[in-house]
Amino acid sequence: MIKFTLNGRIVETDAPPTARLLDLIRDEFELIGTKEGCGEGECGACSVFVNNLLQNSCLIPIGAIAGADIQTIEGIMETEQFKLLDESYSNAGGVQCGYCIPGMIMASAALLSNNPHPTEAEIRDGISGNLCRCTGYNMIVDAINLAAKKGDGLWQKK
Amino acid sequence: MSLKDISTSVPKKDHKGKVSGQLPYISDVKVENMVYGVLVRSPIAYGKIKSIQLPTLPEGYEAVGAEHISGPNYVKIIQEDQPIFANEWVNYIGEPILMLVGKDLNTLYRLLDEVKIDFEEHQAVYTLDEAIQQKSATGITMASYEFGESLENISAIEQGAHQIIEEEYDTGYQEHVYLEPQGMLAIYREDEIVVQGSMQCLYYIKNALISALDCGADEVRVVQSPTGGGFGGKEEFPSMMACHVAVAAKAVKKSVMLVFDRSEDMVVTTKRHPAKLNYRTALDKEGNILSMCVDIYLDGGANAGLSQVVLQRALINSAGVYKIPHFHAKGYVLKTNTVPNGAFRGFGAPQSFAGIESHIGHLSKLGNFDPLEYKRKYLVKQGDPTITKGIFRDPILVEDMIEDLLTASQYKTKKAEFQHNNPQNLRYKKGIGTSLFLHGCGFTGSGERDHIKATVKLLKSKDDLVSLKISNSDMGQGIYTTLSKIVAKELDLPYERVLYPDPDTKEVPDSGPTVASRTTMIVGKLLERAAKKLKTQWQSGVEQEAVEHYVHREMIPWDEKTFTGDAYPAYSWGVNIVEVEVDTLTGNVKLEKVYGNYEVGKVIDERIMKGQIDGGLAQGLAYGYLEKMTSKEGRIQQKSISDYGPPTAMDVVSIDSKVFDNPYADGPYGAKGAGELTLIGGAPAVQAAIEDALQTSFQQIPITPEVIIESLWRKEGEGD
Repeated sequence: MIKFTLNGRIVETDAPPTARLLDLIRDEFELIGTKEGCGEGECGACSVFVNNLLQNSCLIPIGAIAGADIQTIEGIMETEQFKLLDESYSNAGGVQCGYCIPGMIMASAALLSNNPHPTEAEIRDGISGNLCRCTGYNMIVDAINLAAKKGDGLWQKK
Repeated sequence: MSLKDISTSVPKKDHKGKVSGQLPYISDVKVENMVYGVLVRSPIAYGKIKSIQLPTLPEGYEAVGAEHISGPNYVKIIQEDQPIFANEWVNYIGEPILMLVGKDLNTLYRLLDEVKIDFEEHQAVYTLDEAIQQKSATGITMASYEFGESLENISAIEQGAHQIIEEEYDTGYQEHVYLEPQGMLAIYREDEIVVQGSMQCLYYIKNALISALDCGADEVRVVQSPTGGGFGGKEEFPSMMACHVAVAAKAVKKSVMLVFDRSEDMVVTTKRHPAKLNYRTALDKEGNILSMCVDIYLDGGANAGLSQVVLQRALINSAGVYKIPHFHAKGYVLKTNTVPNGAFRGFGAPQSFAGIESHIGHLSKLGNFDPLEYKRKYLVKQGDPTITKGIFRDPILVEDMIEDLLTASQYKTKKAEFQHNNPQNLRYKKGIGTSLFLHGCGFTGSGERDHIKATVKLLKSKDDLVSLKISNSDMGQGIYTTLSKIVAKELDLPYERVLYPDPDTKEVPDSGPTVASRTTMIVGKLLERAAKKLKTQWQSGVEQEAVEHYVHREMIPWDEKTFTGDAYPAYSWGVNIVEVEVDTLTGNVKLEKVYGNYEVGKVIDERIMKGQIDGGLAQGLAYGYLEKMTSKEGRIQQKSISDYGPPTAMDVVSIDSKVFDNPYADGPYGAKGAGELTLIGGAPAVQAAIEDALQTSFQQIPITPEVIIESLWRKEGEGD
């Protein structure tokens, strides 16, 4: 039995410790916002926060998360930060097919929480672990820039 | 929201569900009584199946194969050569032989390892070069066309020429890497099979299912799930997966889900055709072109698929945007025992434009012309004939687009500056390059009239909401938004009151596939007409519908046999300028600046158009120098995204782009095609920039660091 916090709620699972956190989130807890794009930690579509750090959930065996605090896109959906990113992505045209976007939003939130006023180079670096095949990234970079500008104060380090 | 100018951007219809991740893609769907499928695939490139030995299957696990197919055992595309499950022969590594179905995926993967198949192996054809050598052998040439000036005339011209330049040019595979891997679900019901998944072409799939299941049109239904990127990769390939899950669902009487993981997707799905392009050009003393012959060879892989149509587009674009005197071309699709190649954004044109832009660039250097000035001498003008004896009917703005981009990019200043500074900087060399290109919008020739025959429907509910009933997929390109805008504006309705539900063949007529840069221009125009009709009949509070059918505008009729006539109703145009810095120590290429001017008739949504420009260019540039996929003895060597190397945010730079207005009479609000155009100019511009930096020539893409280092060594050797 493994116990951990998922989106603010203490949960437990009987799944084997080698099971992937990604599968646990999607299959057992039925949270579909975390997507599988590669299963090898290369694309970032399955990005989640583990103890506030951005991680690829496809690479994490659940044996490693006992007692940890896990947040998925569903866990941040009601926050002011998410709402601002949502609006910025819409205004900047950062969303096309959408498959990379929840992971991209997690990466954006992680970046801005650590660095509320990133330069363009820092934004590109911050999302370099998240692949997008539709946009060529520039409109996503614009979206994050917009969220940084509008969100003055919102992204203070916790 | 009411729409004043059609080009003004609006929030995308599907934004909320995508940004929150709550929009269910096919792998997010679970239905009652659902089992998974995994495919037993051929481990050899060519041979005969002698025997198949299955492990003991646990209860609830079953094997499905060719014997379960009620109809003929092929995936209905164009030819009848692609088996649903291999019968006796296998033709490529990865070809599906059987499907194992059952509840638990891990159990299925374990069982997959325990299947034993005995083969009688035969000598396979692994490479395009081998196929070219054997092209007259039975079964190797899958399609061929030849057209243009007679070879006798050209030979006479060549006799009197100052010199004849021959070049051979190679382009590699390109992999789509849509972020959502392929996935398909067949929902089993007593009286119908509902196939749902990631797809571009609902009726291609429906027709393939009617054939495979040998059933009536009302016994199968195809529903599009939100589609996480397509780029052509979800054009014909999903038809095969749909046959797999539907045949399996019928056999086991359960719903069957088939979802690829990334490595399976990279190894077995269609890719952009590798190509070899041969140029033979006669020049006079001043370096002017007297005649040109182009031969194109496409590696079709093991099945015909859509390759013949890809070849047609490659050939139609073989002279680029130029009026070449005395032009001749021929082309072949050749069979190799490798994974079948297929549709990919640009559809044969990217290979041709990479080749012709490279060749014309090299010719310009021979005569000491600036490449861009040389290209401009040959630029087609309105009223000029096309190489297939059609006509460029509409105004062509490329000259204005070039002039504007020269100013924006400071091309001449930059070029002089790089030429001056490069010799002083031993390690890093800068270069600037251009590309000029077009894209024929819609199906080739009379495809719309003879094959597609599109129909659209608008349905108005009692509460005056209007729904688009069409079979076209939004795969990220934004047609839920753009097509809804066209209808809303025409009906003078707020954009929010126009709905575009996920297409379902039970609800929508066949408005054609979502391919060939046809959706906005062709389907959009039909919707505009349907909306006009609905508007004249509008009665508030009453359910109403309006239907429109495709009407062909007569041009010079297209004849596929002689390869003559108007190949496309309209053309979109583009100009790119790219600046790079090449590290001569590592061979790495860094993009510095990227510019693009485009003409697509009329932009339906500025933000969406910019998304197409940025995304298309990122793919097109990467095709030229970054993305490399190879096959060794029939086996794809790159099984993961990082092995292959599509661009990350660090590889791309901000793109300076502009779109020119040039409304087209037969497009909605004047719009033509835009989605494919944006990819085409990337590779040739990046090649020209690298060549400018290194003062050398390349005869291939991708120009990877290895290719650069090798060329530098060669150059050094020549200097010694």
